[in-house]
Amino acid sequence: MSTEVLRASTDPYHLGHRPAAAGAPPPATGHAAGGPAPKRIVVGYGFWIFLLSDVIIFASLFATYSVLFKATAGGPTAQQLYDLDNTALETVLLLTSTFTCGLASIAVGQRSQKWTQIALLCTGVLGAAFITLEVREFASFIARGAGPSRSAFLSSFFTLVGCHGAHVTAGLLWLGTMMAQFYAKGFRTDIRHRFLCFTLFWHALDIIWVAIFSLVYLVGTLPPEFLP
Amino acid sequence: MVLGKLTWEAIPFDEPIPLISGVAVYVAVLAVLVWVVVKGYWPYLWREWITSVDHKRIGIMYCLLAAVMLVRGFIDAIMMRAQHALAFHAAGYLPASHFDQIFSAHGTIMIFFVAMPFVIGLMNFVVPLQLGVRDVAFPTLNSVSFWLTAVGVLLVNLSLVVGEFTRTGWLPYPPLSELRYSPGVGVDYYCWAIQISGIGTLMTGVNFVTTILKLRAPGMNYTRMPMFCWTALASSLLIVAAFPILTATLAMLLLDRYLDFHFFTDVAGGNSMMFMNLIWAWGHPEVYILVLPAFGIYSEVVSTFSGKPLFGYRSMVIATMAICIISFTVWLHHFFTMGAGPEVNAVFGIASMIIAVPTGVKIFNWMFTMYGGRVRFTSSMLWSIGFMVSFLIGGLTGVLLAVPTADFQLHNSEFLVAHFHNTIIPGVVFGVFAGYVYWFPKAFGFVLDERLGKWAFWLWVVGFWVAWAPGYVAGLEGMTRRLQHYDNPAWYPWMLLSALGVLIILAGIGAQIAQLVVSIRTRAARRDVTGDPWDDRSLEWATSSPPPVFNFARLPDVSDQEPYWDIKQRAREAMQLVTPEPEYEPIEIPRNSPTGFVTALFATVTGFALIWHIWWLVVLGLIGAYVTFVVFAWRDHTELVIPAEEVARMDRANREARAGYLRELAR
Repeated sequence: MSTEVLRASTDPYHLGHRPAAAGAPPPATGHAAGGPAPKRIVVGYGFWIFLLSDVIIFASLFATYSVLFKATAGGPTAQQLYDLDNTALETVLLLTSTFTCGLASIAVGQRSQKWTQIALLCTGVLGAAFITLEVREFASFIARGAGPSRSAFLSSFFTLVGCHGAHVTAGLLWLGTMMAQFYAKGFRTDIRHRFLCFTLFWHALDIIWVAIFSLVYLVGTLPPEFLP
Repeated sequence: MVLGKLTWEAIPFDEPIPLISGVAVYVAVLAVLVWVVVKGYWPYLWREWITSVDHKRIGIMYCLLAAVMLVRGFIDAIMMRAQHALAFHAAGYLPASHFDQIFSAHGTIMIFFVAMPFVIGLMNFVVPLQLGVRDVAFPTLNSVSFWLTAVGVLLVNLSLVVGEFTRTGWLPYPPLSELRYSPGVGVDYYCWAIQISGIGTLMTGVNFVTTILKLRAPGMNYTRMPMFCWTALASSLLIVAAFPILTATLAMLLLDRYLDFHFFTDVAGGNSMMFMNLIWAWGHPEVYILVLPAFGIYSEVVSTFSGKPLFGYRSMVIATMAICIISFTVWLHHFFTMGAGPEVNAVFGIASMIIAVPTGVKIFNWMFTMYGGRVRFTSSMLWSIGFMVSFLIGGLTGVLLAVPTADFQLHNSEFLVAHFHNTIIPGVVFGVFAGYVYWFPKAFGFVLDERLGKWAFWLWVVGFWVAWAPGYVAGLEGMTRRLQHYDNPAWYPWMLLSALGVLIILAGIGAQIAQLVVSIRTRAARRDVTGDPWDDRSLEWATSSPPPVFNFARLPDVSDQEPYWDIKQRAREAMQLVTPEPEYEPIEIPRNSPTGFVTALFATVTGFALIWHIWWLVVLGLIGAYVTFVVFAWRDHTELVIPAEEVARMDRANREARAGYLRELAR
């Protein structure tokens, strides 16, 4: 297995790639003449498709949340519960962890064990801090009698936000496993492919969080006259 | 409590029918396992099948699973028909609680564990061969998918003896399925079985979208892909887009039941109609997930046995993809009676009628493919023609039901039940049977007995109509579905006729079993030597039967829509092979892996523990599954290399057989 980094000239998927010469055989992009796409592309593409399906789970939960938003059953409303300061801090933590995750992929590209581990450790710590804040928020809601059993609205809130939290937690487990693999096995091709999937996963969680931040927390704390 | 809710009371000692039949099944399964071990077949099974990541082996195992479960689901059907024949002015022989479990189990099994695995099994076996490649995109994941499906099967059947199955029908509508009204473990069995097998199905969808879009033989453009690959792509896209909704919906129901959430309860603001909307946003695409690959099979079969290229290939592709999209815009027709108002109902009614248009296009395409062709009436062709005639009527009754005003009368009646059986049996079941007879020689190297195959077809198609035409009539006369007993004399004769129909179908299944047994016994005389028993047109027939593990010694070059037909015609004209022997190279194939099987073991433990609230075991099962994946990720040698000499030996044998056929032709 070659560990050589693909360059723009040899990688048909690289931005700015041109065929080697006029009339040269088309590269294997999996689209037509070239035959099956290379493994890295297949793995990344397949994981993208998986992520799309994951996004649809969240879409179902978002739809449910919006249907049940006003079904508070006389209990606390979003306006009374949400604390934007906490959410802002969570957002900063998660977005920063995405940045460090990006640094980790650069470090992997450079085959630097030290910087890979450092960047991944930062990602993990930031993710864990995010989860801690979320758990604290959930605990405070429950302590105030606003647990998921209180109303349909709260059921949907805990499920939507909790599902994202569960994804981040699973991501932390995956991240730890990746760190151990890089440490024990080095930058083997299949492990780098797996890491590509991890970064996609982590970035996707960020996108979901941006949607949660805007549609749940920001919309939820709008003054009532702005809500439909 | 160490064992959660599990006590001796879970075993239904007071209900002899499920207990005896369940115990009999387990004794039979155990006997087979003992026989396998005693005869020393276990190492072979383990090495060649259980740990196999070869798409062909996995496809065959899917089909086998589906066939066994077809018999299981069909026994439910016989029991229901017998109940309806006996329960006129009487209680019948099945108590209501048991009858409710039977119709729930029948629907669940037939959709999730017969139709789905059969369709996915054929996709597994055929798609990589038709695309001219060596395997699917993620072979080990494919094995995990299969074994997770098997876990669902195991859990559903376990409920026969340990506990109970759901009594809510094949879709667990709340509030009935909520803890308050269904406190038993039946709904939990249903939900966890479907959740676990659903993950497997989703992974299959991801796998096949990637395979079809990224792994194709050189030169195979989208407009050169065989029709079955197109329909498999549409079906996989639908799986990726629809199954997550099912997962999310059942997760919400489980949260309601386990943690006192209020998504669908009738207190604290829960909204049970939201369940109907969510479940059918999955459920309607699901029927197209099943039927589109069947349409693909008919396309291959009709074209082959008419001796012509498929008529209107491009319109067929467009129709398939149109159905793929429109199928997401019709879900509300499953509950027009919700009362969403005339505007909403009209929109969904019109959308439901529109989806009949591309389906009509397909029917015409198949008819025009046959027109002017030299049609060979083999049994797979008979299944296809039987489909066209019967499915047309099922489709038309569907258009009737798409009219909201008519639907208010027919909602939840036997007319509806007859309609969906009329689409699923002639549509999907006939399709997989056609595919089974058609691709069997490719999988096993010998052709199935045609005479018994035709018997099976006629018994099935006659039995189907005798069983389900009465449903239309009884439904129009006001009979609602899922009745345990009734006292309307107008329905009684129809129920008797229907029971007769199911017996004719039973004879059809008997003919199929006989066909398999006879064919295996006489296989020496039925060998498919050339690998092309039907004079076929697509790439799966370009390799030997059964294909070597790597499928193709060298990936074929594709230059038109029917690459194999083209090569074959040139060879026939020249009366010798026209493709020169390639330079053989060593081939890398993925190594076998027990990951799928071991994951399934842990998934079974986790599922069972969740159903019975045995929390420590849940944790143990999850840790086990995680460790399995880490062990898999840690292995150093993922691929096996088949040396060039071995490739050459296998390919030369196939080339020699084909050259021999051409020499025969020359003489």
